[in-house]
Formats: sequence, C-alpha cells, structure tokens
Amino acid sequence: MLSVDRDKCTGCNICEKVCPFGAIVVIDGKAQVQDNCTLCGACVTSCPVGALSIERRQIPQDELDAFSGVFIWGECEQRAETLIPKKVVKELLSQGRLLADKLHQDLTVITLGDHRLTGLDSLFAHEADRVIRCQHKLLGRYEPDSFTLVISAIITKYMPAVFLFGATPNGRELAPRIAARLRLGLTADCTGLDINEDGQLVQTRPAFGGNIMASIVSPFTRPQMATVRPNVFPLAQPNKPKKRRIDDFQISLSKALFRTKVVATHRLEADGEASIEDADVIVSAGRGCQNKENLSLIQELAVALGGVVAGSRAIVELDWIPHTKQVGQSGLTVAPQLYIAIGISGAIQHLVGISSARTVIAINNDPDAPIFKVADLGIVGNALEILPVLIRDLKNRASAPK
Amino acid sequence: MKIIVCVKQVPEIADVQIDPETGTLIREGVDSILNPFCEYAVEMALGIKRQHPETETVAMSMGPFQAKAALMRCLEMGIDRAVLLVDKRFAGADTWATALTLAEAIRTIESRFDLILAGKQAIDGDTAQVGPEISEILGIPEIMYGVGLELRNNKKKIRVTREIETGNEIVETRLPCLISVSKGPMIRSISSFQEILDARNKELRLVTADDLAMDAHKLGLKGSFTQVVKIFPPRVKKQGEIFDGSDAHAAAHKLTDFLSSRRFI
Repeated sequence: MLSVDRDKCTGCNICEKVCPFGAIVVIDGKAQVQDNCTLCGACVTSCPVGALSIERRQIPQDELDAFSGVFIWGECEQRAETLIPKKVVKELLSQGRLLADKLHQDLTVITLGDHRLTGLDSLFAHEADRVIRCQHKLLGRYEPDSFTLVISAIITKYMPAVFLFGATPNGRELAPRIAARLRLGLTADCTGLDINEDGQLVQTRPAFGGNIMASIVSPFTRPQMATVRPNVFPLAQPNKPKKRRIDDFQISLSKALFRTKVVATHRLEADGEASIEDADVIVSAGRGCQNKENLSLIQELAVALGGVVAGSRAIVELDWIPHTKQVGQSGLTVAPQLYIAIGISGAIQHLVGISSARTVIAINNDPDAPIFKVADLGIVGNALEILPVLIRDLKNRASAPK
Repeated sequence: MKIIVCVKQVPEIADVQIDPETGTLIREGVDSILNPFCEYAVEMALGIKRQHPETETVAMSMGPFQAKAALMRCLEMGIDRAVLLVDKRFAGADTWATALTLAEAIRTIESRFDLILAGKQAIDGDTAQVGPEISEILGIPEIMYGVGLELRNNKKKIRVTREIETGNEIVETRLPCLISVSKGPMIRSISSFQEILDARNKELRLVTADDLAMDAHKLGLKGSFTQVVKIFPPRVKKQGEIFDGSDAHAAAHKLTDFLSSRRFI
C-alpha cells in the first residue's frame, strides 16, 4: 500500500498533479491516498521530500492462482506516420500462445502510443486474444519513466501470471524498471520458455557468454517476468482473426513525470536501410580484415549477394562500423539464411548471436578459430586474397547469359 | 561532486570451458578481471574528474573477498576510494537482491552522491538489469547505453549521448541519476608504476550486512525472486566441411559452388 509520511509531507501538491489516476489529493496541507490508487509509483518518484513510500509484500503461495493470463509488451516502432508493433512482438505472440494454451489462459498484448498507434487488428490475426491499449499524446515516443508507470499500473489492475518483453534495448531497460518497482523476479534475454508441471514459467537463457544454459523460475512473485531474445522464436503465422477485443486503459499524464528528455537524435543508418536483424544475407567482418579500408571488400561481397554488412564487437570498438551493426551477445542476435564470417575468430559471445543463422560460411586464416566449429563451410585462408577473386567470379556469373 | 561507479568482477569468459562429462563450468585456472563495461564506466568517471578535479570518485562492488582485485584495478586506474560489500549472506543473489544491496549501501554509507555509473552489462551474466533496478530503488532517473556525457547548468543537469537501435541520441536529465555505459575510449590508459603504488595507500572499505542493517531474508539467495533450477550445456552444431584455401582461386571456386548448391546465387 501507499503511505504518506505526514511529518515529511509539505503539501506541495506535486503528487496530486502527477498522479495519472487522480488517486491522491492534498487535504489540509497533507497528501491523502484514495481507494483508486494503482500503486504505479508516479508520486513516489516525484515527491521532492521523500514523504511517499509503497510497501509491497510478497505473495503467499495460495494467492498466486489469482494471477492469470499471459501478457506481452507490444513494443511499437515508427513507420512513416504510424506507430506499429515491432517484428519481435510476432515472435512473442507465437511463444506466448504456446504458454497461454498450456496454462489454459488468454494471451493479451499491451500497446502504448499516441493517436498514430495502428496495426492492432493484425495482432488478432496473429494469436492475440485481447489488446490493452493506452493512448495518450505523451506516449508517442518510448520514454522509460512514463512507460514504467503505465505498464506497472496495468499489471496491478489486471494481475497477469506471465509478462514477456522483447529483449530489445528498450525492453531491457523497461522490464527491470517495472520489476524493481513492483518487486518482481525477472529473467533476462531468454531463448527458451516453457510451463512446468507446477504451472510455473521456466525461463531458459545462456549464461557465461553462452558457455552454459540456465533454466530459471520465479516461484514467489507474479507476474513472472522475462525479456525474450529477438530472432530466436518463430514469427506467429497469420490465422483466422479472433474476435476483436480491445480494452482502453485510461490515464492522465503530465510532463512532470518525464525526468529524461531527448534533445537530439542522430541516425547512423540510412533511411530505408535494412536492419541486420531482418536481413536474409549478412556478410560480417572481424578484426582479421586488418583495417577499415578493407571493409570495402566486405561491402562489395554483400552487394553481390544482396545482403548487408555487419561485424564483431572487436571492430565496433575500433570504430570501423557503428554499434547498430554489431552481432553477438552485447550486440544483436541475427537470423539470416546466410551468414558469412570473414576474419572473425568466433568468440563464444559472437557465436551466441548467430545461433539462429541457417547457413554459416567462415573464412579465417587460423585453422583453430572456433568459428569453424559452427560453419557449414569453413575456408582456411587469407580472406583478403580470396575475396577479390570471389567478387569477380560472382560478378561474371551475374552478367553471364543464363 | 561525488560519483559512485558500481563494478563487478567477472571470469575471463573466453577461457571458460565446459567439462564434457559433467556439463559444468571448469573455473579452475580461469582469470578474474574487471568487467570490461565496468572499466568503461570507470574511465568515464575519471574523464569527469579530469575536467572537474574536485570530483570524488568511489568504486563499489558486491562480491567475494577476491573481488578486491577488481576494486584494486579501479584504484590503480585513478578512482579515489573503494567499497566492497562482502558477506556470506550476500552470496547467491539474483539481480534484484544485488540491486537492493547495492542501493541500500549507497543510501546508507554513500548517501550524498551526484551520479552513479555502471557498465551496461556484465560479460558473465549479461542481464543488464542491475543498473535500472538500482535507479528504481533509489528513485532516481536512469539513462542506459551511454557513450559520452557532459555536465551542464552548474552540474545540476547532465547530457548523455547514448546508443539506440538506429543510431545515437542525446538525452538530458537532472542529477542525481544513474547512467549505464556501453562504450569507452579506444585507447585505455595503462596504469603507471606510481599509480599502482598509490592505489595501495587508498581506502578500500569492507562492508557487511550488519553495517547496512539489512534483514537476512532480503539478502543473497534468500532475498532473490528468481531461482536457477537447471544448468546444462548448449546444443552444439555439427561441424561442416573445412577447405584449405591457400589457393585463392580454388577457394573462390569452392565458395561459388557452395553458394550455388544452396541456391544463394
């Protein structure tokens, strides 16, 4: 419950202004909490004198059953003038459906956005039973403070058993914020999810850089929260659309809640350039390419194969390519049909990022490079000598009469 | 101004091997290092100190007694003093219990801070959760994936350049706040002999659960909301064909044949 330290409270009214639910009012110079408080925590973070606190208790075993339903965060991205759910949402839908069916419960997608929010109907054609939509003019852009409080409030109201986020940069910021606010167990970057005989969510993830897998449960807290690595689970396939069921979640937000403000954005990817996460063909460079200038060969090969350029953490640190093109544990997980690793030794953290690749080709001059252990075809040799010949052969082939 | 850098000691992942028979980690002979992302956070704190020499920098870690080595590394790099939260009762903590203990320690013994820096993730657990959890417990704003920062408005505000999916953005917030760091300067300063000697004279304080007046049930394994129920080796992909590419033309030919057979060209 939310409590007010009456000795500390100065009656400044800030909590009254920031409360999204009108659940706190200042009477006789002291804040008072009303029955419609959702424990979202907006007032606690805004109180300048620390007079507000929330006591959250852990749930006894027999009350866990009150929590029901599999919820996923329908993270949106801006496309042209609309906000639509990201690709990872379809991956969460396919996996969420399996979990919901095992639990005999519903699958719900939560979406936040402004008037541009769209594409929700397709969620019903991709396994969703229900959508909870929170539309507000201040939610047009992801921001951690506002998204934390809205989703915390939705969780408190709807009491789901399972809550999944895509392990995207935003998801990996938002999930721990919500978990800490609501005092919930959270497992990061899962690559496997299942329900055990006790009805618990079993969350499997790589640890120690991918050297070992760990299965984890959250026995005492609900919802059981996990972030899910993108590009690991299959996309939900279109089905006969389910009945359209959208709950609108009403909220009033003020700018005072937003403690961080974006002052400038700098795109490193050209408009329309495919993200390496979505690419079918990736030509990826490592330190073995020796210098930044040699990346022109990588680029030429990528163009010849209709693919995109990516790289290892080593060359991102050398500033040869931007971080948006980094493959691996601390970068992105990719799932192309074809991945060509050139001059990449294949540290375990890199291999984890390409475990969803269908076909892997590696070129490296070190016969003991670990990358060869996962390669469908490994060429032990000097890539800087082989690539010009290969590129010329591919070009000749393309221009030759069929 | 006071900066607290939260750091972690991690095993050198590249050297970790799996026992093929038991499927468990072989930790013997594996070196422990300061987590690379934490090292970036330390560098960033020292960068501020170079611009504002009156800044006090404190490195804080929770871990076994051996984790002193990671804090010594911070002191050798130039951090002013260090705090190690060390207690058997802290052992087995998940990200929540870790964040709660660090946050309580900051609240109890380092309360007058302006900035908390942390690595974006540790290379052993890779959760990236402890930073945002600490910020939430302390009720301060947080900015993740920072690569550069600039103090403004007489050190009341901070502007952080951070990595986002499509590039970079600059975000402003007020102090105190927490920033997780994902990249550092390319050329790291190597500590001089004098700095290594100086580090030995710096304060390295050991703090236990009793010093923090924390209940045992909130700590370590007992205080954790998540439980590991199984550990197993990852599935290993079958190795494919290895071709001797010492002749560039033969190698290129092999590659076009392979690409063609798989219908990529």
